Amino acid sequence: MNPDSKNFYEVARGLTSWLFTTDHKRIGILYLICVMTFFVIAALLGITIRLELFSSNSEAGGSLLGGGEIYNRILTLHGVIMIFLFIIPAIPGVFGNFFLPIMIGAEDVSFPRINLLSWYCYIIGAALALFAILSGAIDTGWTFYVPYSAKTGANLILPLSAAYMLGWSSILTGINFIVTVHRLRAKEMKMFRMPLFVWASYATGWIQVIATPVVGITLILLLLERFLGIGIFDPTKGGDPILYQHMFWIYSHPAVYVMVLPAMGVVSEIIPTFSRKTIFGYSFIAWSTMAIAAIGSLVWAHHMFTSGMADESRILFSFLTFFVAVPSAVKIFNWLATMYKGSIHLEPPMIFGLIFVLLFSIGGFTGLMNGTLSIDIHIHDTAFVVGHFHYTMFGGVGVMFFGALLYWFPKMFGRNYNKKIIYLCGFLFFVGFNMLYGTMKWLGIQGMPRRYADYVPEYEFWNRVATVGSWVMVGGLFLMIFHLLYSVFKGSKAEDNPWEGTTLEWQTTSPPPLVNFNEPPQIPEKPYDYPEEVKS
Amino acid sequence: MSELAAAEHGHDHYDPEANKLGFWLFLFTELLLFGTMFIAFAMYQDMYKIEFIEGTHHQNIILGTVNTIVLLTSSLTMALAIQALRRGLKTLSIAYMAFTIVCSAGFCVIKFIEWSAKYHKGIFLLNENMDTLPKGEQVYYGLYFTMTGFHAFHVLVGALLIIWVMVAVAKGKVHAKRLSFIDNVGLFWHLVDLVWIFLFPLFYLIR
Amino acid sequence: MSEDKSEHIMPVIGYVGIWLCLIFLTGVTVAVSFVDMQNLTLFTALFVATIKSTLVLLYFMHLRHDQPIIFYMILACLGSYAVFVILTYSDYLYR
Repeated sequence: MNPDSKNFYEVARGLTSWLFTTDHKRIGILYLICVMTFFVIAALLGITIRLELFSSNSEAGGSLLGGGEIYNRILTLHGVIMIFLFIIPAIPGVFGNFFLPIMIGAEDVSFPRINLLSWYCYIIGAALALFAILSGAIDTGWTFYVPYSAKTGANLILPLSAAYMLGWSSILTGINFIVTVHRLRAKEMKMFRMPLFVWASYATGWIQVIATPVVGITLILLLLERFLGIGIFDPTKGGDPILYQHMFWIYSHPAVYVMVLPAMGVVSEIIPTFSRKTIFGYSFIAWSTMAIAAIGSLVWAHHMFTSGMADESRILFSFLTFFVAVPSAVKIFNWLATMYKGSIHLEPPMIFGLIFVLLFSIGGFTGLMNGTLSIDIHIHDTAFVVGHFHYTMFGGVGVMFFGALLYWFPKMFGRNYNKKIIYLCGFLFFVGFNMLYGTMKWLGIQGMPRRYADYVPEYEFWNRVATVGSWVMVGGLFLMIFHLLYSVFKGSKAEDNPWEGTTLEWQTTSPPPLVNFNEPPQIPEKPYDYPEEVKS
Repeated sequence: MSELAAAEHGHDHYDPEANKLGFWLFLFTELLLFGTMFIAFAMYQDMYKIEFIEGTHHQNIILGTVNTIVLLTSSLTMALAIQALRRGLKTLSIAYMAFTIVCSAGFCVIKFIEWSAKYHKGIFLLNENMDTLPKGEQVYYGLYFTMTGFHAFHVLVGALLIIWVMVAVAKGKVHAKRLSFIDNVGLFWHLVDLVWIFLFPLFYLIR
Repeated sequence: MSEDKSEHIMPVIGYVGIWLCLIFLTGVTVAVSFVDMQNLTLFTALFVATIKSTLVLLYFMHLRHDQPIIFYMILACLGSYAVFVILTYSDYLYR
């Protein structure tokens, strides 16, 4: 390695060198700053929701927030920020941008300027969304269901255009990843030599390209319905509101795979690295990634079981929903088989990888319960559903966002963090998480509805447990975020390959130079191939 | 800054295959955008068969057919413009594109005539007369104005893109060795044509 | 990687031939619409439109001579779209 070469931070300084950069690594860092900021805001809002639910108002003391309306706005804000501004862009925007080109031995993505444009779409969308929710109450929830959303007096232009902009940000990122994978792989980097995180980003790109336009046009039709009365969703003119729900979920269900596939990709990087063992069933994981992307597009109407659809159709969608579990289970078993007889190093990223496998499995099983038509009728719109999607989205994607951050932190910033502090944070997070969302599932089965600001006193004990859990969990997370922030500036210098990783990003310097590699990287025959001496 | 700019300039390889692939992916989003509206059309056509046929009878089939031919012809000349430039015939290429723009203008004029004829009959969005029509016909016209409106918007955008690429060809920025821009504009124009190929029979010919 | 390859160039007469086919098919579909065929009307209209769009895709949009990957990608895109249509219709068929 050439010690004189400057890393990508050092080649230029100043704000404009960041705001007008087309370097994929810098765009990744830009995303990281935004995504982290929004995560902290939304986590604080979540804490506020739990505080309101700490006690049942019907006893004594009254409502903390002084009424349901503020509670509804905070709830909507928490959901919108977490979904659109954190989970969807988090892993593709930060780690996809930063590492996808490096992992396939490319200098940059195929369309660097469009990459920057996608970040600006994200920023504009974020600004519009925040402004919309702060300037007036959105009383439709994040799904904007008709006919109410076509009639409500609330101003929907801002939130709808925000969703549209964020959709474009997502599409542009997806296009960039697909083309980069097809065109910019290094010569010996065949499709089936690519690291699994690249496969996951590739599949995600496809969902983004195919599904996002559907919701884009749906939102535009909703605006036209409001202002021009086109009647497509208006029952008084012959329109069908359930069609809106179909169109909405044709995107919004595959969107959960946009969120979770990259997280699974990161797990597939972390587990072989810290087991010092070749991943078990590489091509099965690669294909199951594509299978999830495909089957995930067939199941959207399981969100609509109580909407008045045809019975036959409901049974069909319930049936199809079970199939999504198959490729997910393939991945889980392959990860476990990878660890079997491996030389497991319980470094912080591996701890988070294991937390992912456990929590996501629990979330997956409760997902099957939700997908079962007869059970779903009972638990629809209860706290059980809230518990379920927090296990998959937060316990899955959120955990893996932090897992990826811990895994690639030395590479991105060239610094180390204090492992002991991270172990403590991981422990607090895990305990608090299960106190919070595990109890929510229990409450939901007992019949506690979601989205309500109040409940009958019988639910109070478990709600208090959940609220205490939220403090423990967020305490652990915030401690980790502040420690990592501190380590960016004060941590000790990191080596080029602290985890003995085999993928290409570990062959370059920490942090990488502007062109990613000072010397052409060595492409291994198989990804995650560990020689015998490292294994023992 | 200059070092960064210089280094980043090195990233700017010209890769026609990548450009084409990326543009096709963008076209997929356009396909799905129109496709979603076609889903709405299909479901309502199934629900309101008689009302939709009644709506079709109010369409001017001659103007619709003429417009189809105009658009198909413009698609031909756009393809020929690219073919001419590929052979290095710059002036011919520009002439073909100019003809394409004339066709697109013609398409818009005819569309305008059709819409204003409906407007004078009281069939238009936000018109009170619309509320007296049967439910299915209201949806038919709602879909008609939305879908042809979106399509006309794409015709306009396409025409602007063709003007842009004409200027680029005239200035010599797009030439036989750098065809990506004109190739992609051509693809966009053909897509607009493709959408019309389905819009025309569905709105004019199902009687 | 740096400039356009000299790929297959279709002669002008080829383009004009495709155009004539398209115009002819337009005439066919308009003429057929005056014949009362009950349920077949929708089917024939869509069938002719599919042929026309295939011609445009293959020749005007050069799929015939392009790298096959684009063709497979279009198949994937249209396949997903077909799934969206069929599954949505499963609801309307039985309601």
